[in-house]
Amino acid sequence: MSRIEARFSGRVGGFSLDAAFTAPDQGVTALFGPSGCGKTTVLRCIAGLERMDGGYFSLGDGEVWQDGRVFLPPYRRAVGYVFQEASLFPHLSVTANLRYGMRRAADRGVAFDEVTELLGLSRLLGRSPARLSGGERQRVAIGRALLSQPRLLLMDEPLAALDRISKDEILPYLERLHDALSIPVIYVSHDFSEVERLADHLVLLAAGRVTAAGPLAEVLADPAQPFCRRADAAVVIDGRVEAVDVAYGLSRVSVAGADLLVPDADPVSGARRRLRIAAGDVSLCREAPRETSILNVLPARVEEIIPGDAGQCGVRLRLGTDGAGAVLFARISEKSRDALALSVGEALYAQVKGVAMVDFRLPRPDGAAL
Amino acid sequence: MWETVGLTVKLAATSTTLLLLLGTPLAWWLARSRHWAKEVVATVIALPLVLPPTVLGFYLLVAMAPGGPLNAMLKPFGIASLAFTFPGLVVGSVVYSLPFVVNPIRNAFEAFGDRPMEAAATLRARPFDAFVTVALPLASPGILTGAILGFAHTVGEFGVVLMIGGNIPGQTKVLSMTVLDYVETLDWAPAHLLSGMMLGFSFCVILTMTVLEKRLRRHLR
Repeated sequence: MSRIEARFSGRVGGFSLDAAFTAPDQGVTALFGPSGCGKTTVLRCIAGLERMDGGYFSLGDGEVWQDGRVFLPPYRRAVGYVFQEASLFPHLSVTANLRYGMRRAADRGVAFDEVTELLGLSRLLGRSPARLSGGERQRVAIGRALLSQPRLLLMDEPLAALDRISKDEILPYLERLHDALSIPVIYVSHDFSEVERLADHLVLLAAGRVTAAGPLAEVLADPAQPFCRRADAAVVIDGRVEAVDVAYGLSRVSVAGADLLVPDADPVSGARRRLRIAAGDVSLCREAPRETSILNVLPARVEEIIPGDAGQCGVRLRLGTDGAGAVLFARISEKSRDALALSVGEALYAQVKGVAMVDFRLPRPDGAAL
Repeated sequence: MWETVGLTVKLAATSTTLLLLLGTPLAWWLARSRHWAKEVVATVIALPLVLPPTVLGFYLLVAMAPGGPLNAMLKPFGIASLAFTFPGLVVGSVVYSLPFVVNPIRNAFEAFGDRPMEAAATLRARPFDAFVTVALPLASPGILTGAILGFAHTVGEFGVVLMIGGNIPGQTKVLSMTVLDYVETLDWAPAHLLSGMMLGFSFCVILTMTVLEKRLRRHLR
């Protein structure tokens, strides 16, 4: 697997940027950080909308968009850009907007009908952008970007300008894209719940600099990062549905080092699922409780004890009796830590009170899940 | 009398065409460029707004005089003298009406910001392609306003024509001059007719412009 490589340093306006990172050339890479940390500037540099001399960008397969000598203008970069505001052309119909980039692209990998179906645009085609809702507009913008046959899709907080309802409407479509298309995505966001839901890979930015980068689960579990110290610390774990229990509405999801029973509104055997487990929902016990209402009691090993505050501390665990599985966080009181005399490397049981599925799938019109 | 009307319409149509061909790229440059000299250029273009037409006409006459700089420039194209000719009137009208065309178009270009052009660029449109397929349609209300103002202004122009036109029937004798002739010879009936026509025309132009512009804007929102 080759990697996308980006290095940009310099000044834009009054802002100084010095960001370098690599990302896999598949899946969703989230560029996450507070407002004003330079996320959008990085994205604009990648698209060539902002010119930074001395920048470097390559797609990882030898295709270089800029380096010390070369600077491809935006129209020569096979990039799809979704702006925060949909930025549709108001003088063109939805169809004409969708076809704008398609007509100018060299290849024909992504088909018109495929995109309109994927994004649920069929009903909107004849309309004018002025007659669309905010969420519909953004879906058209995403479709327009996809149809320009990009090798890389850049999304600049595509949900930030939308209200809660439109956001919930559009997120399942983004998840669908993630599964249906093989185009790598760089997704800028300052909303962590979006990142948890969509990203495979995470690049953290602060004040124009990259502070951490890696697979989502790893960065979230990295004790050097602020996430695991927060009261609402959580891990996300990707797994697969092994079996479904329709009577109880549960799926058995297999993740590295454990199987979990998870409430599932749309259970499909074999489907990929992303689970989110909050540290506050995990408690620890030395012996497996025999009679308990808690469905998931998982063998695990202590990997690290992280000092916290206000009488609380974090415990980083690895699932499995051998401690080689996925990372789990527990948030326990310092009193419990001392009472249990926890030590690094020891085997115990993690009781998981709550597991949430973060990426529920959008049912297809015919009722079958994607 | 109808000869004058025809000549006036011909002058206005020719000037408006030239004004759009010249004014649109100029307005684009003024709207997008970060060059330090752009406001100087904008000021020069705006001068006819404040200068007395006679002063403007005087300078144009000097430039068009045999041996003047404009004539020297046009000599290779087979135009010997501009003063007191129809092409001379066209040149004068273009200079005189330029701000009325450039300003609304520039405002229209500035109003939609950088975003549509950036979106077009990320959708593989080269700059000229994006200009034609995105910038021009988005600025169409401003371009329409500019065209109508340019046309109407050329029809109503008097001072500049007086200085460089010479009132030659069939060549430079336009409506506004003819009205003056009729009034000076106390020939009230045709003066009334022509003035009434001008009044009606001006009213229609402004009304049409307002309505059309509103329509276009609604369509582009």
